[in-house]
Amino acid sequence: MSIQVRNIRKTFGDFIALDDVSLDFPAGELVALLGPSGCGKTTLLRIIAGLEQADAGRVMLDGADASGTHVRERQVGFVFQHYALFRHMTVFDNVAFGMRMKPRGQRPSEKETRTKVEELLTLVQLEWLADRFPAQLSGGQRQRIALARALAVEPRVLLLDEPFGALDAKVRKELRRWLRKLHDELHITSIFVTHDQEEALEVADRVVLMDRGHVEQIGTPEEVYRQPATPFVYGFLGSVNFFHGRVDGGNLRVGEDLLPHAPHELDAGSEVIAFARPHELDLVPDTHTDTGVAARVMRIHAFGVSVRVELEGLNGLSGMSSGQHFEVELTQQRVAELALAEGQNVRLLPSRLKVFQRNDAIGASA
Amino acid sequence: MAAAQTFRVLPGFRLTLGYTLAYLSLIVLLPLATVFLKTASLSAAEFWNVISAPRVVASYKLSFGVSLAAAAINAVFGLMLAWSLVRYGFPGKRFVDALIDLPFALPTAVAGIALTALYAKNGWIGQYLDPLGIQVAFKPLGVLVALVFIGLPFVVRTVQPILEDLDTELEDAAASLGAGRWQIFRHVILPVLLPALLTGFALAFARAVGEYGSVIFIAGNIPMVSEITPLMIITKLEQYDYAGATAIAVVMLVLSFLLLLLINGLQAWTARRTGRDR
Repeated sequence: MSIQVRNIRKTFGDFIALDDVSLDFPAGELVALLGPSGCGKTTLLRIIAGLEQADAGRVMLDGADASGTHVRERQVGFVFQHYALFRHMTVFDNVAFGMRMKPRGQRPSEKETRTKVEELLTLVQLEWLADRFPAQLSGGQRQRIALARALAVEPRVLLLDEPFGALDAKVRKELRRWLRKLHDELHITSIFVTHDQEEALEVADRVVLMDRGHVEQIGTPEEVYRQPATPFVYGFLGSVNFFHGRVDGGNLRVGEDLLPHAPHELDAGSEVIAFARPHELDLVPDTHTDTGVAARVMRIHAFGVSVRVELEGLNGLSGMSSGQHFEVELTQQRVAELALAEGQNVRLLPSRLKVFQRNDAIGASA
Repeated sequence: MAAAQTFRVLPGFRLTLGYTLAYLSLIVLLPLATVFLKTASLSAAEFWNVISAPRVVASYKLSFGVSLAAAAINAVFGLMLAWSLVRYGFPGKRFVDALIDLPFALPTAVAGIALTALYAKNGWIGQYLDPLGIQVAFKPLGVLVALVFIGLPFVVRTVQPILEDLDTELEDAAASLGAGRWQIFRHVILPVLLPALLTGFALAFARAVGEYGSVIFIAGNIPMVSEITPLMIITKLEQYDYAGATAIAVVMLVLSFLLLLLINGLQAWTARRTGRDR
């Protein structure tokens, strides 16, 4: 089932959680709502579920306006970060809860309920835990039970609020692979909220990036990673180096240094911010030119396939203040060529640079 | 011996157990034993005569019946009070919160006099109830009012912390699974609160059975109608019939103990059934 949200606005006192958000979630897709904490992603999810009411705007489920309906009429499965399992019920009773709460006419018989619960527990691979209480389960097991419980009412959509947020790294990785597999089997329209970019890129068909109540970019994981649309997305996905500067002919002037730069449409003299990923930067020996940004090698991490070099910018460095932090990824071979050592002065040269006008670059400083 | 030694985070099991037993014996068991000892000075027939006198039997019925009713009323309204104090913000909330403990602090006789003044035929509330044919003061109903008053804090204070711990996410989860409001209360909230509710009920009941000061004023102490068992004991004492007084006290003690044991058993049963005790 498809979901559309139209012009959703929500404020908590003076804080604007969602500012005129409109989104389409096509049927059968697994979509990630990704953003830093406080960006409004959980609020949006709760509004779609009906657990929270928007100040303005509409939620359409399958084309029909659902804004006025109560959460229990929307037939959405909701999975909470902290599981929200009923601790006084066994795993079996937890999963059966939704079926037993149905109005008398639609309620399945106890035998049908049993069959269905067993089926779901098999689906989440925990059939042997039916008689346990939630307190006796591990975090990963609890979240799988919570998912089985949500699936028991045959929801039209599945909404997951930071489903792996409370789990340790190893279980988290395991569970997200499992969730992807489950979605491929069930093909139920699903939205999950996360602040973990790796999780979003790895699991989702499509990623919605949010910041401060706005949608910054929508796209496949590859699109948003390869072609970030805004400085915020550039800064949020993966590690990145940035340079503040001014357009100066075919170059960018960063302090006293010049960065060569591909053709662009920005006016000469406009203030810009430029981004480069660690692997898009090269180091060259400092030969007293002004091409490339001057920096000093602070640490060299030589483990792994590639070498990570941490540098401190020398540009505009005055007195005691420490320079800007840069991170560069080089091959072992290149490091040997340069005979790189800690404390050495070098220049940074980008092979690829993404430039944004400065006025919309506010979100990227973090 | 040394090899089997286990290390605990906090030492002193033997010391604390010894202290506990000695303290309990001194403070609780010794006076109770005296009650039984004193009663033993009566012969079996005398004992039976004292405890089965019609006036005394009527007082058992009143004391235990009305105490149970008062505790039940407090369980219902105490839960509602605790609910609104935990879940809602309203002006004067702290004031209301402090007000709840007042029946603890007030000398019970003062409460009794105040309630009598209110509910007597010519009292503030009594004058309006009387034409309706409802008499509160000097009737069993008056005893109920007094016992509800003094038992109020128990349920509120036992349920409040549990409610504060109860995550509203559980209600969200239940609602998203299609449960209605009553179903959420019945199947999600009540089972979690039940042990605390039972504890509050037991405390309110125990307090009500032993209550004397606030009741004697409003009860009017009419034989066979509004005499409570503690009053019967006092009456015997005033006649220097110490053995008779302790005989009635023994009956009260045993009955109270059995009832409290029953409530505790019920509580353990709910805890076990809901997986808290495994």
